Amino acid sequence: MAFSALTRRSFGVLTAALLATSALIAPATAQTPPGVLVVGQIAEPQSLDPHAVTAVNDFRILMNVYEGLVRYASGTLEVEPGLAESWTISEDGTVYTFSLRDGVQFHDGSALDAEAVVFNFERMLNEDHPYHNTGPFPLSFFFSAISGVEALDARTVRFTLNEPYAPFLSNLAYPTGLIVSPAAVMQHGADFGRNPSGTGPFRFAEWQSNERVVVTRNDDYWGDNAALEAVVFRPITDANTRVAEMLSGGIDVMVEVPPVALPQFRGGSYQVHEQAGPHVWFLILNALEGPFADVRVRQAANYAINREAIVRDVLEGTATVAAGPTPPAFAWAYNNDLEPYPYDPDRARALIAEAGAEGAQLTFYVTEGGSGMLDPVAMGTAIQADLAAVGFDVQIETYEWNTFLGQVNPGLQGKADMAQMAWMTNDPDTLPFLALRTAAWPDQGGFNSGYYSNPEVDALLEAARVATDQDERARLYREMQVIVQQDAPWVFVANWMQNAVTSDRVSSFSLEPSFFLLLDDVSKN
Amino acid sequence: MGGYILKRLLSAVPVLLGITVIVFLIMAMIPGDPATAILGSYATPENVERLNRQLGLDRPLWQQYFIWLGNLLQGDFGRSFALNRPVLDEILDRFSATLILAGTAFVLCSLLGIAAGVVSAARQYGLADKAITFVVILGISVPSFFLGMMMILLFAVQLRWLPASGMYSIWGGGDLHDLIRHLTMPALALAVVATGVIARLSRGAMLEVLRQDFIRTARAKGVHERSVIWRHALRAAMVGIIPVLGIQAGFVLSGAVYIEMVFQWPGVGRMLVDAILKRDILLVQGGVVFIAACYVGFNILVDVAQAWLDPRIKT
Repeated sequence: MAFSALTRRSFGVLTAALLATSALIAPATAQTPPGVLVVGQIAEPQSLDPHAVTAVNDFRILMNVYEGLVRYASGTLEVEPGLAESWTISEDGTVYTFSLRDGVQFHDGSALDAEAVVFNFERMLNEDHPYHNTGPFPLSFFFSAISGVEALDARTVRFTLNEPYAPFLSNLAYPTGLIVSPAAVMQHGADFGRNPSGTGPFRFAEWQSNERVVVTRNDDYWGDNAALEAVVFRPITDANTRVAEMLSGGIDVMVEVPPVALPQFRGGSYQVHEQAGPHVWFLILNALEGPFADVRVRQAANYAINREAIVRDVLEGTATVAAGPTPPAFAWAYNNDLEPYPYDPDRARALIAEAGAEGAQLTFYVTEGGSGMLDPVAMGTAIQADLAAVGFDVQIETYEWNTFLGQVNPGLQGKADMAQMAWMTNDPDTLPFLALRTAAWPDQGGFNSGYYSNPEVDALLEAARVATDQDERARLYREMQVIVQQDAPWVFVANWMQNAVTSDRVSSFSLEPSFFLLLDDVSKN
Repeated sequence: MGGYILKRLLSAVPVLLGITVIVFLIMAMIPGDPATAILGSYATPENVERLNRQLGLDRPLWQQYFIWLGNLLQGDFGRSFALNRPVLDEILDRFSATLILAGTAFVLCSLLGIAAGVVSAARQYGLADKAITFVVILGISVPSFFLGMMMILLFAVQLRWLPASGMYSIWGGGDLHDLIRHLTMPALALAVVATGVIARLSRGAMLEVLRQDFIRTARAKGVHERSVIWRHALRAAMVGIIPVLGIQAGFVLSGAVYIEMVFQWPGVGRMLVDAILKRDILLVQGGVVFIAACYVGFNILVDVAQAWLDPRIKT
């Protein structure tokens, strides 16, 4: 019968196809070559212009290509010399003079000199600068205290500030302070972010949209050459795919491992790295109106929410319970005497009764995800349940991240009683100065969306900012933390521990408290 | 035939114009703005306003639309905020990747689907028909992204036969062999549902044709059965199958979005998802208009093919 022939033939075709497939897959998945580190990133970088970006994801690449005048010493958040060998600060704390390292070249061959440094800051800060339109520069306000930058000679740069500004040095160590090649900016203009040139241990090689960014070893580096020949950063947005790629050997390093996936990497041929960083996840409480205008209700919220359970069950131990507004990663400025609010629903109920706020209805802004927000929906529902247990009726409103910021940043007034938020900063000044001062209420351009106001805190923060002595600054911040914890403008929930997984072929890998990824010492066989 | 093609092409113009209006309005309506996305957590209302002014987003909506449309007609899709790169360059880069994925899947599902449908119809209620029907229903019922994830678990993580994601090996790859290794799983995952649908509808179309008089005539004249099925009947049935293929091509193209996410395929679907999350308005608008134009073009091709096969359509 004709059809049996047909069927026989289709079986033949099928068998041939199978054979072809097995020939295709016969060589087991090629391993990544030695000396080349493949990093699974969480997203495509926005730009490789360090002045134009804000995401830690982009910083992880940038810190290997560029350098700043100063940098964070390995394992800490304290500054040490970078491209500047040394510096002096005037008595009144307003004039910083840097001596540049000799013989440093950008990857494009141009020399690093004082004029190049001047170019960098003028491009960001001076709206009339011919290359200012290569921006926008969202974090340029880090340097808004600068009133002038001058090149005194080829190796000396002088910054004049309009007032003493203690976080200046640590802002210079932040990616926004990294020094880019003026020649490359002039050559590429608005495309500089795709043709980056810095002075770092790795130089840019190629950027294939959504596939990879490749950097190769800079053999003309002024310091010790990197051990790796090249690093490939692969954007793998989907966390499950990132895990699958790590398990199948397609990447050597994976950052931001989802908490639920961590156990399968513990032990065996993988290594899990964890590092606390300057991150705090909190709830902004609306202190202007509604139940949280009463400090007792704000404290009650801090007692009512079981942060231990959130950190353990929702975040699988990838964070620690936050005690106050300052993350412990700022070791020198952190108040070790601060104890987190204990989980005490009875105490919460008593405080709520005292304030007469029983059964209050609360509107709670939750985001679907966002920079540093960890697992916001799951955390939000856990918080809702804890608050319900002490008698609040919490309505969650969920927004996508950009919409969420558009709702929260202009202030919660008339809209919500509480909102989630997380910040990653580089200096103990940044977050409280921008989000806890009276002068930082949203109508004045700050991020104090809950309208917290305490003149004592204002005074401490203003004083800390202009104090040039670090011990004095530390004392002021510690005092501030005690008052803020007592006033409870936020529910202090968690400090995230950043994590990464490496395969057993990778050595000398470590995570930095800055959350940057520094790969110049890493090697791979 | 030439007049028919011209008529179809002209009728596409209002469709495309309508699409530009709709895409533009949707992007204007969804909350969240590019300035906030660019500035990140540090977006103060004041800075957002300034950046929107720089980006020209403070102008009246109709002005923005006509500026955009005017540029579009000159082939200027604008510049992506988030990628800092001309939109058209980005789309063309990505579209080739999508075309490889969706094209392969489409060829797979057309060939497999039609073959399965024909065999099923020719052996109606036989063992082959039942087996094929079972597999086909299974294929239609499994969501392609789920199938994709299961394939990754089995073939990439457990067996380590095929790479889990990407389009080429990161180092040392880049040839056809490398592409096929990366393409196998996503193309199969993408093709499965469409194969099932095509198989079902081809079976129906074939059964209808096989009942007709000219088939009986052919058989009576002693034409070889294989030739009856594959030459006479299939050609007649194709008139019914081709529109289905056209629709399935659309499904494959839109299904590519999920598959590109699961397998991190660097295509236009993944680009759009990222662009929407980043409120990269010009990239989304340009991408959607581009895809819509391809879709419309493909439909014209299908219509023309159908007219060519079935002279009754030509008017």
